[in-house]
Amino acid sequence: MMPELGLFSLILALCLAGLQWFLPGLGLLKHNTFWMQSARPIALGQSFFISVSFLCLLYAFVQDDFSVSYVAHHSNASLPLVYKISALWGGHEGSLLLWIFLLSGWTTTVSLTQRHLPRPFLTRVLIVLGMISFGFLLFLLATSNPFVRLLPNYPVDGRDLNPLLQDFGLIIHPPLLYMGYVGFAIPFAFAISTLWGGDRSLPFAKWMRSWTLLAFSFLTIGIALGSWWAYYELGWGGWWFWDPVENASFMPWIVAIALIHTLMLSDKRQIFHGWTLLLAIVVFALSLLGTFLVRSGVLTSVHAFANDPKRGIFLLEFLLVVVGAALTLYSFRAKKFTNNTKIYLISRETAIVISTIFLVVSGAAILLGTLFPLVFDALTNQKLSVGFPYFNAVFIPFMIPVLLLMPLGPLSQWGHNVLGLVFKKLTWTLIFALFLAVGLPLLFAETVPLGVVTGLGLGLWVILGTLKWLFDKIQIKGSVMGLSKGALGMFFAHTGIAVLVIGVTLVSYYQIEREVAITLHQSLDISNYKIIFEDLKPIEGANYIGSQGHFLVFKQGKREADLFPEKRIFVVQGLRMTETAIDPGFFRDIYISLGEPLKEGGWSARIYYKPFVRWIWLGALMMALGGFFSAWGRWLK
Amino acid sequence: MRYLLPLCLFLALGGFLWKGLDVNPKEIPSALVGHPAPHFALATVEDPHRFVTEQIFMGKVTVLNIWATWCVSCKAEHAVWMDLAIKYNLFLVGVNYHDDLKMAQQWLKAVGNPYVICIFDEAGKLGLDYGVYGTPETFIIDKAGVIRYRHVGSIDTQHWHSTLLPLIASLENGV
Repeated sequence: MMPELGLFSLILALCLAGLQWFLPGLGLLKHNTFWMQSARPIALGQSFFISVSFLCLLYAFVQDDFSVSYVAHHSNASLPLVYKISALWGGHEGSLLLWIFLLSGWTTTVSLTQRHLPRPFLTRVLIVLGMISFGFLLFLLATSNPFVRLLPNYPVDGRDLNPLLQDFGLIIHPPLLYMGYVGFAIPFAFAISTLWGGDRSLPFAKWMRSWTLLAFSFLTIGIALGSWWAYYELGWGGWWFWDPVENASFMPWIVAIALIHTLMLSDKRQIFHGWTLLLAIVVFALSLLGTFLVRSGVLTSVHAFANDPKRGIFLLEFLLVVVGAALTLYSFRAKKFTNNTKIYLISRETAIVISTIFLVVSGAAILLGTLFPLVFDALTNQKLSVGFPYFNAVFIPFMIPVLLLMPLGPLSQWGHNVLGLVFKKLTWTLIFALFLAVGLPLLFAETVPLGVVTGLGLGLWVILGTLKWLFDKIQIKGSVMGLSKGALGMFFAHTGIAVLVIGVTLVSYYQIEREVAITLHQSLDISNYKIIFEDLKPIEGANYIGSQGHFLVFKQGKREADLFPEKRIFVVQGLRMTETAIDPGFFRDIYISLGEPLKEGGWSARIYYKPFVRWIWLGALMMALGGFFSAWGRWLK
Repeated sequence: MRYLLPLCLFLALGGFLWKGLDVNPKEIPSALVGHPAPHFALATVEDPHRFVTEQIFMGKVTVLNIWATWCVSCKAEHAVWMDLAIKYNLFLVGVNYHDDLKMAQQWLKAVGNPYVICIFDEAGKLGLDYGVYGTPETFIIDKAGVIRYRHVGSIDTQHWHSTLLPLIASLENGV
């Protein structure tokens, strides 16, 4: 019964989504207020039915209803409850339903909280959101119905969930990532509504800012969690691989940073409206592209794409229609939103605009590197890596000027500035940053490569410059309490970036990765640690067997940690999995993962020393925190 | 007019994706096929003090495989080469592309070295001269040092048996 109810609700939601753009659209044409007003109740009704459908699928998972094909394929009676719940988004159909569910959540929030917006504007926003929802619901129902039954002969138990996915990080990673992706639909809808209405006197940028910040913060946490998961679960010690799935989320993220800053220009200075609106479209287009890349099956399996081309083609067509229509509208209306306000060369405006250009160009370079191998892969079934030499080469150089500009923007004024005065404020910052960037590595490390001085110097330059800005601000306001939430948000976000840059730099240059053959009771020196392979014993878990190593970590004769890396063999699927053991620390991680037993005795193992690796995720969390703070501050206004 | 630019760029991208569905990029023509292998003089991974040039291709059929430790597909392809190199007694030359010498040495030591010689192309000079798109890539070079075939992407056994192996055999027989 419940699965049928879920399916029925989905169909009702599709009908309502259709009405959500049709009726109010008619109202706009005929200037009929009643029909325009229908957008809100219809949107709420649509969200209601989508939630019912989502809960029905959740119920099927919790109840182990293996007559539902999707449940049978992604869950299993012996799974713990949390994994049964997260299995809902473990596959294609469920994660699409999650996408739609989150979109309806955002839509509901907009229609409940934005009643103060001019009626035609809000109506157009809801029409755009209705169209997006309509497209995705149609896609779900036509090609990927999650409620298909396996009747009359349904399995007694389901297939196991991929052991790689049975992990806390992956329970919350997709919902957060999708919150971000989907959230960019709101600034997109606002931008379309603005272009459609063509009225440049509306404070659209003010309205868009908190939504963009919220979506960005969710996406940041989502990406950081993915990176953290890859680090401890995959057993390679890498935290970023530039692989297409990661890039799919990274591209909207990097352009969203540009959008957040041009929104500020639009809001406060009434300039660059066109650029802002275009970026809002581009960010959502990249989110859709990301969904296409991840969900069409192009990435998970080359063959899935070939076997079920309907899905990929539908998504590609939808992408072309939505983005094509948006950009067509832009090309007709953008002219109305430009003005020829004079911009001074030495000004906060210039610093922001130049940074956004660098951010967008680096995003474009990543897009190029991501799509080329994918097209190649989908067509020939051959794998080809563009690899990180390309991405590092195109990405890092663009980030250097952005980081250089980061303290200059806040510390200069809107409008005309005297270059000398701006630099005067930052003289000591510059001297300190350079001094520490050379001094600290000299003190603690044996070698000081140029890359370390550059990365550390840029990071310190941003931290010290932002601190200088904060102190100036506190002096003006009189106390710390006088600071606005926006100012605090900016402080956290900018120092977060700097912390991340320092983490990336130090771990890249000073990490030690040893892939060794090690026998029992043998020891190994890594940095100033001594690792001893103490013991090895067989283990047996609920659905796996394997071996567990016992390693001792000594520093200058003092025992610092006991690590127990494992090699597990999952019996049902015959998968061999590595359970990494990590001794985490603020300044360094010791990371051990067991490889394979060797013929000549002993084991192959990866033993890594990863200095400052945690700073990467700490920095990302600070950025997200900053985003939430700013969004909160804007919300209260 | 300039407001049309984003739309045009997007349509070009979309058109490219769409058209891409019909094109078979296995047939990427290489300007180098039929030409002598370009000159290089590079160190080897096994011994960084030993330099080799394109002269090593002379007198035997060479399989030249471009790889790197940062390349996930290469790590997967590695097992295939371990198998093929022994089975068919190949003169398999590796090119370690844009990589770190220590990591390459450790990798080969840890999982086995299928290469007779592995050239260390740290700066990607050889890759540039040979027109490498990305890793992995494989070239077949005949006894006279002339490039005869170029394969982009990783090798699968089916393609090996249908195309590469017959080509190597016919070149071995001096056709």
